[in-house]
Amino acid sequence: MDAMVRELSYAQAIQEAMAIAMEMDERVFLMGEDIGVYGGAFQVTGDLVERFGTERVIDTPISELGGAGVAVGAALTGMRPIFEFQFSDFVTLAMEQIVNQAAKMRFMLGGEVSVPVVMRFPAGSGTGAAAQHSQSLEAWLGHVPGLKVIQPATPYDAKGMLLAAVADPDPVMIFEHKLLYKMKGPVPEGYYTVPIGKADIRREGRDLTIVATSIMVQKALDAAATLEAEGIDVEVVDLRTIRPMDKQTVIDSVKKTSRLMCVYEAVKTLGIGAEVSAMIAESEAFDYLDAPIVRLGGAETPIPYNPELEKATVPQVPDIITAARDLVKGVR
Amino acid sequence: MPTEVILPKVDMDMATGQISRWFAEEGARVKKGDVLFEIETDKAAMEIDAPASGVLRDVTGKEGVDIPVGAPVAWIYADDESYAPISPIEGEMSARPTEGVASGGTSQSSTALEPSPVEPTPPDRPLAGHPPLEGEGKTRATPLARRLAREAGLNLSGLTGSGPYGRVVKADVEAAISSPLEGEVSAKRTEGVASEGTAFAPSPVEPTPPDRPSAGHPPLKGEGDVLRLFEQGSYDLVPHDNMRKTIARRLVEAKSTIPHFYLTLDCELDALLALRTQINAAAPMKKTDKGDAPTYKLSVNDMVIKAMAMALKAVPDANASWTESAMVKHKHADVGVAVSIPGGLITPIIRHADEKTLSTISNEMKDLASRARSRKLKPEEYQGGTTAVSNLGMFGIKDFAAVINPPHATILAVGAGEERAVVKNGEIKIATVMSVTLSTDHRAVDGALGAELLVAFKRLIENPMGMLV
Repeated sequence: MDAMVRELSYAQAIQEAMAIAMEMDERVFLMGEDIGVYGGAFQVTGDLVERFGTERVIDTPISELGGAGVAVGAALTGMRPIFEFQFSDFVTLAMEQIVNQAAKMRFMLGGEVSVPVVMRFPAGSGTGAAAQHSQSLEAWLGHVPGLKVIQPATPYDAKGMLLAAVADPDPVMIFEHKLLYKMKGPVPEGYYTVPIGKADIRREGRDLTIVATSIMVQKALDAAATLEAEGIDVEVVDLRTIRPMDKQTVIDSVKKTSRLMCVYEAVKTLGIGAEVSAMIAESEAFDYLDAPIVRLGGAETPIPYNPELEKATVPQVPDIITAARDLVKGVR
Repeated sequence: MPTEVILPKVDMDMATGQISRWFAEEGARVKKGDVLFEIETDKAAMEIDAPASGVLRDVTGKEGVDIPVGAPVAWIYADDESYAPISPIEGEMSARPTEGVASGGTSQSSTALEPSPVEPTPPDRPLAGHPPLEGEGKTRATPLARRLAREAGLNLSGLTGSGPYGRVVKADVEAAISSPLEGEVSAKRTEGVASEGTAFAPSPVEPTPPDRPSAGHPPLKGEGDVLRLFEQGSYDLVPHDNMRKTIARRLVEAKSTIPHFYLTLDCELDALLALRTQINAAAPMKKTDKGDAPTYKLSVNDMVIKAMAMALKAVPDANASWTESAMVKHKHADVGVAVSIPGGLITPIIRHADEKTLSTISNEMKDLASRARSRKLKPEEYQGGTTAVSNLGMFGIKDFAAVINPPHATILAVGAGEERAVVKNGEIKIATVMSVTLSTDHRAVDGALGAELLVAFKRLIENPMGMLV
């Protein structure tokens, strides 16, 4: 029988996934700053401390390096920790544990151990949190073999991919856009997983492939709806996982549409768009390109505090519409 | 650091421009604000001032050559700056791509269009230094176009690219495949077909009659196809200027995408001519350099402009522009007037012509036409408009059908006013009659609506007092 499907917010979907994981497996526990009584900076953990107690929902001191070290150590010894960063920007403080420890252990110890840690990173701009609390640093971690890096774009995927991450034997880094937390969408009850490493075609189209990540998936879909009225048929590919990347889905889509645009919030240069573009240029889809590849990414600047400037630094729906129109109509 | 002089963007959708004339030469001392050169855009000429004072050096922007917007065309060195010429070797490398587009006879200098290595183009202006590749022996084509051409055994270099920078895209290759006479087909494909020379040239013994071009005559598309029909030396080749290219491009687009239909009416002019004489006789005089002159002198065409504008106001549904998603219904009647100028034509616009008096329209028209002839119109003076009037009456043309000038939905072609025999109440009378033909975009204006507009126009022409109130 199909599970009941309700409308949940992205934050509620994550909370439900964490509760299910803890109910199913007593090795699963949560760590993070202010995730206990306070419920987390974005209220994702909510009242889980009341249901599972302070032994399994642990408030950590304000030390990302310390917290990450404890989580990695716990995972090495057989536990299944889920560690929440208050803001993804603070991943910089925990790089040693993530990059040099968690990502390397299986490789360096001949496969005799694994580090089944899950780390959650509230990311992105749009909340007026200024330069040190608004970045999109997923590509930093995407560069490290040994890690898996995912960016669910819907409540359904947020729950299913978190449960897949908990079940995964390797460290999984989840980047959650802060503006998505309130987004609502259908989420089935109970346990299900959405595979890591598999992109999703959110909208089929003939004229242009937009590969988008995280919140840009919804913006690309909004742009596609407007462009449809102009007779431009856009295919939107939600990358979902940036390591390991689902190349085949993107290649097949570009072979169909002959045009590629990458839309992502992180700073444009040396980002996911560069990776996807290069991957396509190296692939069999190259001979199907009928226009230059276009990247639409964040401006080459720290995120400003001023809300108008903040909006202007990341791609918005009208930017996507204009760029897509120019690409399809052959202005570029 | 010397000041870069670039080819500025003076028109919204301008990608390249030509310098029609330099007013200062290499080594000349210029003052900031002096007129440095004149740009010829699609339809106008514009004077560009020097951005700084100093000595003009490295004048690389040649006259009459297509230059990308933003490309440096010269440098101005301040007095305390030392000057070293650009090395000819690197100059040659970057100058070569533009040779193919240089107008006939202009020899390409060895200096570069691209900035000297001392002052690299900023990374956010990557397009500036990339003129079309033609002439370099390379064809710009997308990977998809290359693959399709390869699979079809088609030589890309014979194709004309419709994409940006003349890039050959999929559609160009598909078009070439479906009509194999365009572009060079490789030997493999033409084997068994008549050899190239005879395939194109009509037999001298039995030339195809000109009125039956489709009978056994391949379509003439490439330049070579046309030229090989004429003996060498029997013609001169005059390279197109920007205006000619624009006229060609816009008219092909208009005539092949707009479903035209035509409505013709005769208008009697006697009342209008009488009123015009009366109004002109009443014009107050003003002092000018050449003695006293009337403050206005209406032409019949001025009254046609006014009548067309008022007719559009009376039939507002016809005052429209077609777009894919919506009808643009205009609130004002802006009438473009085709003005013939040396080498082409241009259509300056009388804005809000419905609200202007005849004398205002007349004086404005004289100013626009004279500046059009010296190519001094600003783009905003000839872009847009909601309809147009084209008058060939001065040549005695009786009637003709004009091509709609988008975004207009209509254009009125005006013939000569001439005395004709007209039948009134069973009697033959003499009247001065002018035939007008309205070309109409059927997507925006249907037959009955077009007829309503033309009848409103006729009523104003035949009852011209209506234009004074």
